[in-house]
Amino acid sequence: MTYFEFAGTVFPRLLRATVITLELTAIGIGSGFVLGLLLALTRVYANRVLSGIANVYIQFFRGTPLVVQALAIYYGFPPYLKTLGIEPFSPLVAACIALGLNSAAYQAEYFRGAIQAISSGQMQAARSMGMSKMQAVRSVILPQALRIVLPSWSNELIYTIQYSSVAYFLTLEELTFASMKIAAKYGRAFESYATAGVIYVVIVLLVSRLLAHAESRLRIPGLCVDDRAR
Amino acid sequence: MAIGTGACLGEVILRVEGLHKRYGKDEVLKGVSLELRRGETKVVIGPSGTGKSTLLRCINQLTVPDKGRVWLGDAEITHARTNINHIRAQVGFVFQDFNLFNHLTALHNVSLGLIKVKKMPKEAALARAHEELARVGLAEKACSYPAELSGGQKQRVSIARALAMDPKLILFDEPTSALDPELIGEVLEVMIGLARGGMTMIVVSHEMGFARAVADKIIFMEGGTILEEGTPTELFTCPRCERTGQFLRKITELYGETSER
Repeated sequence: MTYFEFAGTVFPRLLRATVITLELTAIGIGSGFVLGLLLALTRVYANRVLSGIANVYIQFFRGTPLVVQALAIYYGFPPYLKTLGIEPFSPLVAACIALGLNSAAYQAEYFRGAIQAISSGQMQAARSMGMSKMQAVRSVILPQALRIVLPSWSNELIYTIQYSSVAYFLTLEELTFASMKIAAKYGRAFESYATAGVIYVVIVLLVSRLLAHAESRLRIPGLCVDDRAR
Repeated sequence: MAIGTGACLGEVILRVEGLHKRYGKDEVLKGVSLELRRGETKVVIGPSGTGKSTLLRCINQLTVPDKGRVWLGDAEITHARTNINHIRAQVGFVFQDFNLFNHLTALHNVSLGLIKVKKMPKEAALARAHEELARVGLAEKACSYPAELSGGQKQRVSIARALAMDPKLILFDEPTSALDPELIGEVLEVMIGLARGGMTMIVVSHEMGFARAVADKIIFMEGGTILEEGTPTELFTCPRCERTGQFLRKITELYGETSER
């Protein structure tokens, strides 16, 4: 069997696995974005108690390995959930929860840095014309902070693509686990892993292009990282 | 030289009573009181660190005073139950360093408050924003972002942003102090136009030419209190306090006696 025959045979399986990897990434980064933004806003604007709680969350999820978090969510919680009459998570759901909760902690720190980089005069100007704090955050602070954060946030998205392979520990057949199974089944480890590697690279390249495009579309004079550095 | 604009001053629209503010051990305001009538322009001068900016910021509660009360018309701004956003929408504030919203064009800087605070329909808000930009001579800069404007242009946009809200009065916090000397004129020109057009304003500034041209009263502050208040003629010719005269002489020496521009 030539490499191309081999690749043709395993292609459907790899494709399915790739779709799962993309799903994990999208849900992980998406839910991490929402939760991370809430955490960052809490850190910056909420009272000391709530801000402290957000900080504990962030430190906890950045301080423990993603694998441990995923294992705890998938294997650790179901016994307790059962006593509450809740169905245990499927591997996909558990992996999404783990990726989302973990990414939220990292994204929160990116967002917090960006929000705090916006000069306090922006908030004062917004408040001085009668905007509520909420309106000011929404219309003045976040549009600037999110533009500033985009380059470093792009890293988080790319990490999340790689980290989605944590689902392997939950027996979910995403790209990494699929290539492992294929390697074992056909006895062609190198080709299997290399093929998976190429697929990861292609995904990352596509995502990078997309982000670069978004960055240039959202670009505003005087409001992006390289402009400031110049 | 025209002295003041106050041929026909209206009723008192701003009343400040016994403002105190302390930062740690530093008492910045030690009981400041003043009144402002409709159409009146008051210029506040004084050495740095004497609480001029803090006074302005206490008026619209950007800084919360420790003691003292402020009324806008019949509404007590300092009352706990007052909706401060509602008050601030009626009091324009122009900052020393402009604080234009960096992610918005000049036009959208001016229209944002109309849309978000005054709930004006977008079309009407943009039309009004165009008008205000034209009023400060920046119609052709509507689509420029703050980073693409000169300091003088930025400050004029920020004045347009304040004007668009139809404020009852505008507070200017050293509006020309961050500008290169050759850009000060264009901003003062706009402010002189406003004062003569009957806008009510308090201006913290050391531009004596401006003060002489349009101030109804000059307030001299030092050490957290108002030392003296009077018309420009009174203060320039025969100040009651020795300190006022001293300060005015020094300022005039430093900034020159540029009268009307």
